[in-house]
Amino acid sequence: MPFAASIDYAAIAPPLLAVGTALGVLVLDLFVPADRRGVALPVSLAGVVAAMVATGALAAGDDRSTFCTAAGGCSYAVDRFSLLFSGLFLLATAVVLLLSEPTVRAQRLPAGEYHFLLLVSLTGMITLAGSRDLLLLVLSLEVVTVPVFVLAGFRRADPRSSEAALKFFLISVLATAVLIFGASLVYGVTGSLQLDQVAAALARPRLRQPVTSAGIALVIVGFAFKVSAVPFHAWAPDTYQGAPLPVAAFLSVASKAAGFAGLLIVLLVGFRGYADVWGPMLAVIAALTMTVGNLVALRQRYVIRLLAWSSVAQAGYMLVPLGVAASAYGRARVLDDAAAATLGYVVFYAAMTLGAFACVVWVAGDRPRNAVADYRGLARRSPLVALALAFFLACLAGLPPGLAGLFAKVVVFSAAVRGEVVWLGVVMAVNTVVALFYYLRLAALLFAPEDRGSAGVPAVEPPDGPASRPVAVAIAVAVVVTVVLSLDPELVLHITPLAGRG
Amino acid sequence: MILVALLLLPLAGCAGLLAAPDRWARRIGVAATATTFGLSLALLAAYDYHRGGFQLGVDRAWVPAADIRFHLGLDGISLPLVVLTTLLSFLCAVYTLKTLPEPGRPRAFLALVLLLEVGMLGTFLALDLLLFFVFFEVVLAPMYFLIALWGGERRSYAATKFILFTLLGSVLLLLGILVIYAHTATFDMVRLGRRGGADLPRAAQDLAFLGLFLGFAVKTPMWPLHSWLPDAHTEAPTVGSVLLAGVLLKMGTYGLVRIAVTELPAAARDFAPYLGVLAVVGIIYGALCCLVQRDIKRLIAYSSVGHMGFVLLGIATLTPVGVNAALLANVAHGVVTGLLFFLVGALKDRYHSQDIAEIGGGVLAKAPLLGGLLTFAAIASLGLPGLAGFWGEMLAMLGAFRPAQGLHRGLFLTLMVLAGVGTVLTAVYLLVLLRRVTLGVVPERWRERRFGDVTSVELAAWAPLLALTLVLGLYPRLVLGVTDAAVRRLLGGG
Repeated sequence: MPFAASIDYAAIAPPLLAVGTALGVLVLDLFVPADRRGVALPVSLAGVVAAMVATGALAAGDDRSTFCTAAGGCSYAVDRFSLLFSGLFLLATAVVLLLSEPTVRAQRLPAGEYHFLLLVSLTGMITLAGSRDLLLLVLSLEVVTVPVFVLAGFRRADPRSSEAALKFFLISVLATAVLIFGASLVYGVTGSLQLDQVAAALARPRLRQPVTSAGIALVIVGFAFKVSAVPFHAWAPDTYQGAPLPVAAFLSVASKAAGFAGLLIVLLVGFRGYADVWGPMLAVIAALTMTVGNLVALRQRYVIRLLAWSSVAQAGYMLVPLGVAASAYGRARVLDDAAAATLGYVVFYAAMTLGAFACVVWVAGDRPRNAVADYRGLARRSPLVALALAFFLACLAGLPPGLAGLFAKVVVFSAAVRGEVVWLGVVMAVNTVVALFYYLRLAALLFAPEDRGSAGVPAVEPPDGPASRPVAVAIAVAVVVTVVLSLDPELVLHITPLAGRG
Repeated sequence: MILVALLLLPLAGCAGLLAAPDRWARRIGVAATATTFGLSLALLAAYDYHRGGFQLGVDRAWVPAADIRFHLGLDGISLPLVVLTTLLSFLCAVYTLKTLPEPGRPRAFLALVLLLEVGMLGTFLALDLLLFFVFFEVVLAPMYFLIALWGGERRSYAATKFILFTLLGSVLLLLGILVIYAHTATFDMVRLGRRGGADLPRAAQDLAFLGLFLGFAVKTPMWPLHSWLPDAHTEAPTVGSVLLAGVLLKMGTYGLVRIAVTELPAAARDFAPYLGVLAVVGIIYGALCCLVQRDIKRLIAYSSVGHMGFVLLGIATLTPVGVNAALLANVAHGVVTGLLFFLVGALKDRYHSQDIAEIGGGVLAKAPLLGGLLTFAAIASLGLPGLAGFWGEMLAMLGAFRPAQGLHRGLFLTLMVLAGVGTVLTAVYLLVLLRRVTLGVVPERWRERRFGDVTSVELAAWAPLLALTLVLGLYPRLVLGVTDAAVRRLLGGG
């Protein structure tokens, strides 16, 4: 399949900038004296901002596509969908970079390599959002994941960190294998990897065979690992707990969002015609995911594990709209609305979860154990952080003043109801109530009076040094984004979903 | 747009407070609440009383993906409550000019009061179910902090109890709203009211009503979901108590009328007998609890349970007379109980105690004006004809005498009689309270202590309430004239 046209470099400017910065930081690290390694952060941030500017410039123009074949399809697209996701990934990475500063400094991690790995992963995410080709999709997904193995195991002295990295590695390799197997089945049936052409081929009734369905199901299972949907979620809590906190944030926000971007692309561009196959499958996965996630989250005593299980549960809510696809079969409008609901939820989720993680990183500055009990009386120690965390928890719970979370949930609920999958709506409503309990218990603890003495830990002053300033900036960024999304959710809720041919 | 301005003014005041230095805080607070109150008076003039229906509306798409709209509007049911809210907020700001409990910090205190005002006004103005829910919830956080930071000794316990109970109610409320939405695919309260539940199967109506009913019952509060109220009232600072009793409780009964009864009329008929019975249990229970209270704020809190019982009884009759009575009793309770909490707060500032035995009588001798006002407010609260408390309760019982068609008349007659017994008990405990607090000789321990009578700032903050108590008692048409058309439209539609 020779490329018919030359490469549109403007379209791939954001990933190019990201990967360029990654290499630049890595090389820079070699030449800068050890006492001035702090320069890595501004350089990386500058690169991310430049990529954001490029994304913004693309957003101002028309849709583009590149790597097109003579047959007519294109492997890489720049449209509202990919730009929204690129923006999300860039912003999330910027916040994670800020959050990493104290960790890198305190644990003497090699800053250049750390930033390099994060930025490479970012590059993979941006190309993933633009991929309209199974091969490019799988490759991007690997570029996203491989650096994170290393990042998860970055605290070499800590056996938990190695465990986290190993678990994550094994599960990811398995997931990739399943994904590639599924993709190869689809390729075998349709004769194409290019998703537009896959869709066109699948439209032929002759191909309605068990092997096609199996291929599609395997691809979905591959992505289900990435987004840690039940029953493919078991790696998430251990990995989150063992990995450095900012890496856990990166995994639960950016990496999960990338998984959803890929899932939406294959389902809506490639497999649209088979909604009756994957719709019910995703409905069941969604129901399982939120129920298991919430029930287990109820029993957690460490905040990071609580957030891990909450992120499992939230993935369930995000899958709900896709579960309506079967009944929406043939009604393109309903399916597109459902996809827009998922997409919107992913963005809302990213903003509020990143904010919650940022607050956790702040608290970890003086209470590294991160037990739920350590959050008692946070409002006395750092009132603003406590307020911010309470706000993010309210968002995750879906109660005002966390409007972003409320709207996200209502939009998802409404998609389920309009798609006439009412049972899923009911499961979701019940789950929302269950989830309130653990979010609000933590939120209430923030404002409870500190019980002196019993903790046995002498009160430590909050880390007001320069090391925590980037974290404060990160929290502020997350608060601003979440508040803006709360007041004007339309910003992300009506992004034109992927156009497919099926 | 005037309604948006009504919400933006306190919000702007809130932002201004955060930006300004502490010493300007009180003046900004008064200015913001005064202009909001002024604007609500302008509403009184702008509202077309002959036309009825929702007026001065604003209707903008907010989240089209789920058909959530920024829809505000005003009718005869919400208008009196809006004015009551702005008035009480203004008086609270005035009161704060001189009096602020520990730990001070007027900036934060007033910012919370203004945020509270935004939530309360929004609740009464919202015509979109989800927007209503949002405003209904906005109120929780500021009230929580008012209790938790400026409250009495057991403030932490009281604040937590308050937030847990009301959040539980909110969840049920949200579930009820979602059931309605699942069947109608709209949050538009005007459209839902017009359809009158025609789109919902009977079982779904009952389910939705149950959620809404329990949600609002916690807020009102209705027996047996009331137990957060005495704690919250006892520990809250004066201003918090005034707004809690004066406005927050009304959000529950308002929601019941505006949403539950209007949008699900068939289910309302199913549930009306239960509502009536629980209301009357609340009346009797509240009165009996009052008889044994030693804490004066707690006593008034329990009396609120009783008074709200009359409001609920009025709603349960589902007749124009009963619902009008409920709305009137709502406003009257806001005025009278607001005043009572102000007065008790003033007592506490002087005696540093809210324990009846500790104060020990003789207030009339020690501070004649304060004692006199307390007597006046207590008598208004017990429902003396000619004062505000009388008409609402009287008419609620009249409504129960002839309940709506389809309701069991014998049951409601029994309820009416029991409510009548409740009024007698109410008179008993309030008179006992007066005897033990205002009358009698000044106890030895207070003889030497000198404290002033009512100050001019206090009087300024209370005077409008005193006047309203009298005016509403002598001329209840002031409220009934506004509500009646809206109520008839509401019940006629069902």
